[in-house]
Amino acid sequence: MRKSRLLKSHQLNRSVAGNGLLFFLMGIFGILMALPLVMIVNNALKPLDELFQYPPRLFVRNPTLDNFVDLFVAMNASWVPFSRYLLNTVIITVGGTVGHVILASLAAYPLSKHRFKGKDTLFQLVVLSMMFSWTVTQIPNYMIISWLGINNTYLALILPACSYGMGLYLMKQFIDQLPNSLMESARLDGAGELRVYTTIVMPNVKPAWLTLAIFQFQQMWGNTGSMFLRDEELKPLQFALQQIAAGGTARAGASAAVTFIIAAIPITFFLICQSNVLETMTTSGMKE
Amino acid sequence: MGCGKEKGIRLSPQLKRSMPSYLMIAPYFILFTLFTILPVVASIVLSFTDFNMLEWPEFVGWTNYIRLLVNDDLFVVALKNTLIFAVITGPVSYLMCLLFAWIINEFSGKLRAFLTLIFYAPSICGNAFMIWQIILTGDRYGFLNGVLLKWDIINEAIIWMKTEKYVMPMLIVVQLWLSLGTGFLSFIAGLQTVDKSMYEAGVLDGIKNRWQELWYITLPAMKPQLMFGAVMQITQSFAIADISIQLAGNPSVNYAGSTVVTHLLDYGTVRFEMGYASAIATILFLLMVGTNKVVQKVLRRVGE
Repeated sequence: MRKSRLLKSHQLNRSVAGNGLLFFLMGIFGILMALPLVMIVNNALKPLDELFQYPPRLFVRNPTLDNFVDLFVAMNASWVPFSRYLLNTVIITVGGTVGHVILASLAAYPLSKHRFKGKDTLFQLVVLSMMFSWTVTQIPNYMIISWLGINNTYLALILPACSYGMGLYLMKQFIDQLPNSLMESARLDGAGELRVYTTIVMPNVKPAWLTLAIFQFQQMWGNTGSMFLRDEELKPLQFALQQIAAGGTARAGASAAVTFIIAAIPITFFLICQSNVLETMTTSGMKE
Repeated sequence: MGCGKEKGIRLSPQLKRSMPSYLMIAPYFILFTLFTILPVVASIVLSFTDFNMLEWPEFVGWTNYIRLLVNDDLFVVALKNTLIFAVITGPVSYLMCLLFAWIINEFSGKLRAFLTLIFYAPSICGNAFMIWQIILTGDRYGFLNGVLLKWDIINEAIIWMKTEKYVMPMLIVVQLWLSLGTGFLSFIAGLQTVDKSMYEAGVLDGIKNRWQELWYITLPAMKPQLMFGAVMQITQSFAIADISIQLAGNPSVNYAGSTVVTHLLDYGTVRFEMGYASAIATILFLLMVGTNKVVQKVLRRVGE
């Protein structure tokens, strides 16, 4: 059998014509899909006169790092030190991402594999909740957060994020696929349910929680916290960056650099997670 | 398990056995009740009130719903647009997610990760549809106008997002382009978990090409992800609002791009009629729940 080195080696039933068609399709759509990435990188490198050029051009002619210099100047002028914004972002993003992945998968495992009263109702509630418009629940949400006394703290962003519906649903769907025998044998060895969860369930659904981490990281990183955080010292980097970017024409260069950084962080995280998904699967695979 | 003697304690043997399960789900569901169930219930209650966010809500019964379904002509337009969006972008985008995830899964190593990034890029670059503003600019410097003028397909520049008949088709194209998000990545992850030995077994069973393999082995094996993707698709395609507001404006020309959610945002964040906005949200919710019921039924039959 003839195999292209770019394609996976262990696959069967693959025709050369089929492979050609796939490469062709991917090429056409790939260019269209890559456009925003191309634009963001090019804009960040454009000198001011090219940014204001009309009609706009996609590609930069005289690349420069001036925009990033402008951005750092603007950062240093802010009265809350930038390291503080960075710290806030790390706390909120890590808290919301790690917290959600752990709590959602911890709840998804019993919902998927245990038998107890009310589990189907609870699961249906989670799925249905994802269909209710977030705009109108904001006000009751705000009232509950004030009532809990966590307004104007990191918790006001982290705790609600831990209980999003999507993560639980995603984790449950993947855990559903695990064969019961896997858990049974661990239980026969005397493992408690928490141990089964940490040593059997989680390692076997690594692609699922790495993917969930990507979604949640993106969500948390994009949060400006402006609804719940009043103190400037608590606000995340996203807020400070958007303030700079909103500086109008005078900040057009810095603004292009901001757009680049806002996209670059989640992309970096995405690449780390994705390559991990691939590694685990090529070395171990799924064993039954 | 000798709890038969202590009848004073309420824990039945069944409940006692389920204790670890309840303890494991407790942290999530306590937060979920606080931050999701309570706000949703509160919103549904508010939909029966007149609430301007300053004064205490006043109970008005079905008034909001009657006004919405009988007297609000703009809601009818918004609902029609939303249904068109949902019926077209929902299934098409779902199939695109599946198709591209499946094709990308055929590649190996670094190239695979790179392709995943490229196709996911519109979802990860916060303001990705800015690129469409350049493409759809209404003068002759707009990219699309430029190309069409050059090829003599049109004689003068078209102001795409201000011309009623082009608004919906353009928004549908942009939405499709933007829609390889949550569903797509979960399919990518789902394809990883398909047991490789099933493919080898499939060859012995007489599977001849990749299409048969897809239908008889891959899709049935990733049914849980297919269901997840469908729910995500429904929540996305019924809630389209952002791209319409960004590209066509809110209100858009003659409401050509208005959707249920732009209508909701208008009442909730501009006019502060929270009771009415909540009624819109509840109707939208029921619409999605109904659609989901039908879609899940269809998906159960995959691979049969």
